[in-house]
Amino acid sequence: MKKTYKIEVDCANCANKMEQAAKETAGVKDATVNFMTLKMIVEFEEGQEPKKVMEEVLKNCKKVEDDCEIFI
Amino acid sequence: MNKKQKKALAQILTSIVLIIVISAVAHWIVFHPYLEFVLYMVPYLIVGYDILRKAFKGIKNRQVFDENFLMAVATLGAILLGDYKEGVAVMLFYQIGELFQSYAVGKSRKNISELMDIRPDYANVERDGKLEKVDPDEVEVGTVIIVQPGEKIPIDGIIIEGETALNTSALTGESLPREVKTEDEVISGCINMTGVIKIRTKKEFGESTVSKILDLVENSSSKKSRSENFISKFARYYTPIVCYGALALAFLPPLFNVIMGRNPAVGQWVYRALTFLVISCPCALVISIPLSFFAGIGGASKEGVLVKGSNYLETLSQAKYVVFDKTGTMTQGIFQVSGIHHSKLPDEKLLEYAALAECYSSHPISKSLQKAYGREIDKNRVQEVKEISGNGVTAKVDGVNVAVGNDKLMKQLGLEYKECHEVGTLVHVAVEGQYKGHILISDQLKPHAKEAIAALKKTGIKKSVMLTGDSKLAAEKVAEELGIHEVYSELLPADKVSKVEELLGQKAEKEKLIFVGDGINDAPVLSRADVGIAMGALGSDAAIEAADVVLMDDDPLKIAKAIKISKKCIRIVYENIYFAIGVKIICLILGAVGIANMWVAIFADVGVMILAVLNAIRALFVKNV
Repeated sequence: MKKTYKIEVDCANCANKMEQAAKETAGVKDATVNFMTLKMIVEFEEGQEPKKVMEEVLKNCKKVEDDCEIFI
Repeated sequence: MNKKQKKALAQILTSIVLIIVISAVAHWIVFHPYLEFVLYMVPYLIVGYDILRKAFKGIKNRQVFDENFLMAVATLGAILLGDYKEGVAVMLFYQIGELFQSYAVGKSRKNISELMDIRPDYANVERDGKLEKVDPDEVEVGTVIIVQPGEKIPIDGIIIEGETALNTSALTGESLPREVKTEDEVISGCINMTGVIKIRTKKEFGESTVSKILDLVENSSSKKSRSENFISKFARYYTPIVCYGALALAFLPPLFNVIMGRNPAVGQWVYRALTFLVISCPCALVISIPLSFFAGIGGASKEGVLVKGSNYLETLSQAKYVVFDKTGTMTQGIFQVSGIHHSKLPDEKLLEYAALAECYSSHPISKSLQKAYGREIDKNRVQEVKEISGNGVTAKVDGVNVAVGNDKLMKQLGLEYKECHEVGTLVHVAVEGQYKGHILISDQLKPHAKEAIAALKKTGIKKSVMLTGDSKLAAEKVAEELGIHEVYSELLPADKVSKVEELLGQKAEKEKLIFVGDGINDAPVLSRADVGIAMGALGSDAAIEAADVVLMDDDPLKIAKAIKISKKCIRIVYENIYFAIGVKIICLILGAVGIANMWVAIFADVGVMILAVLNAIRALFVKNV
């Protein structure tokens, strides 16, 4: 399952870091962050609850870039 | 400017004023060293507080090596060495660069969303004799909506009342208005220019053309190009490498000096290491590459070329082989009467017999006969119509026996007929058992087809190939007329896929193959090619979904345009990569040997970034490429 989330982040490199952090989160099969359109597209693994996974994703993103937001 | 940007601007301006005042006063009075330090710390903290905080948080979260860390170490280091002014200046310029970057990105985000300003805000629905504005999302299929001059058509549908001219330029880049009248289908996103029209909607808003296009545009550039992936990987390894490099630069030479029994000159080497850190900030690259692609995709969509991701833009720029479908791509896919030959009756009379006899058929051939006839058809004049499946019809028209059909029909009736030297479908006409001549019906080339092939060759296409299900004769004639290198005819849809696979196997890895079709039944080929281009997509959802690049109108010249746009964009991307990395490497070397000071470092960081961003924005301007 794929879902798109709106995000807020200031710099392009931070967006790349968020992408990396999201990819490494458990339950996420693949993730792409588009800095120009400020969107995060997350593909979840089978049988995962997107809401729960996204909370983890947000936590991990905050770790790499404090100044970011994902609108879950 | 948004709130964050305004705050940053205020911080920058305040500290500039403070620095000027402090330096001016320092001209007259010599400060006590501690006082000078404290005075310079004020503007430094005002402008650099955020960076220090982020760098500290990064260390806490074990995300040490980022540009905040680089800047914090470089500026604090300079201040510790006593170069207060330089420390503050580096932080100040870094923040100016950041502000500029965020402003430029915000601006181009806005520009591009304005380019695609096709989202309708409301639909007019008549309720109890009064017009009511409602959310397009709430309009059900089959509702009658009213569109006034100057308004956008919100939902796809059919005109049931009124006629007008539509401006489709937001969708197609075509500035010529399109005339429409009752019974015509219209698509959402066009602007109604002259008359009031009533439309019966055929789709929901979410399924309408405008929603599909917006969806496509907003989600493009999420498929990242190789250049973008290269840069983000580069940035991941580059920053730590530079940090260790700086560390080595600060301590290895002094250590070496101590061993050799010379003055260690720690201060000088630490200063060089700090310069090194400032130069190395990867922002210019990391921001300008995605920005170039974003601007390129945005500019292309303004021209009616929708690209689904920056990877496709990249591949398109390497196109060397173009494979076309014939019908609907190079030709109009509309059959027209192109000649009446050997007629023993006046041409019009022959056409009249044919059109009347075929008046009950909805076959494209019959339609084209009726269209060429041009007048109202009085079906009462036609009796005893007999359709002979696959061959034609016989009927009584105005009391005379008429037979209209192909060779087989003539043979069946035992009549001699004449062959034609031209390519197309022949319709023979016999009246009262006598052969009266034939009508030639053929598909017409698109107006720009020939120029399109010439333009493609100019962009560096090596080979053009046409695939078609049509007869060999027809295909070869078209290919010759257009100057297409190779042609394969009488192919079934599955044959087209295997032909494309064969071509894919022949070419070199770096030469890309693009397939251009009208998207109607070539979805498998579209997805098999390196880049699938669907044209004339207005109103065809299937094409929008199957293709990687969508040409909104059906002008084949747009194929070359799309390639040119992609080449411009990729050229800008490479310019930025080489320019930014080149300047940085040169400055790093100069910094390491002590020629470049902190001011050069600031240029290598902020200056390069600003130039790269400005260059990236150039990708947006593609009207005359």
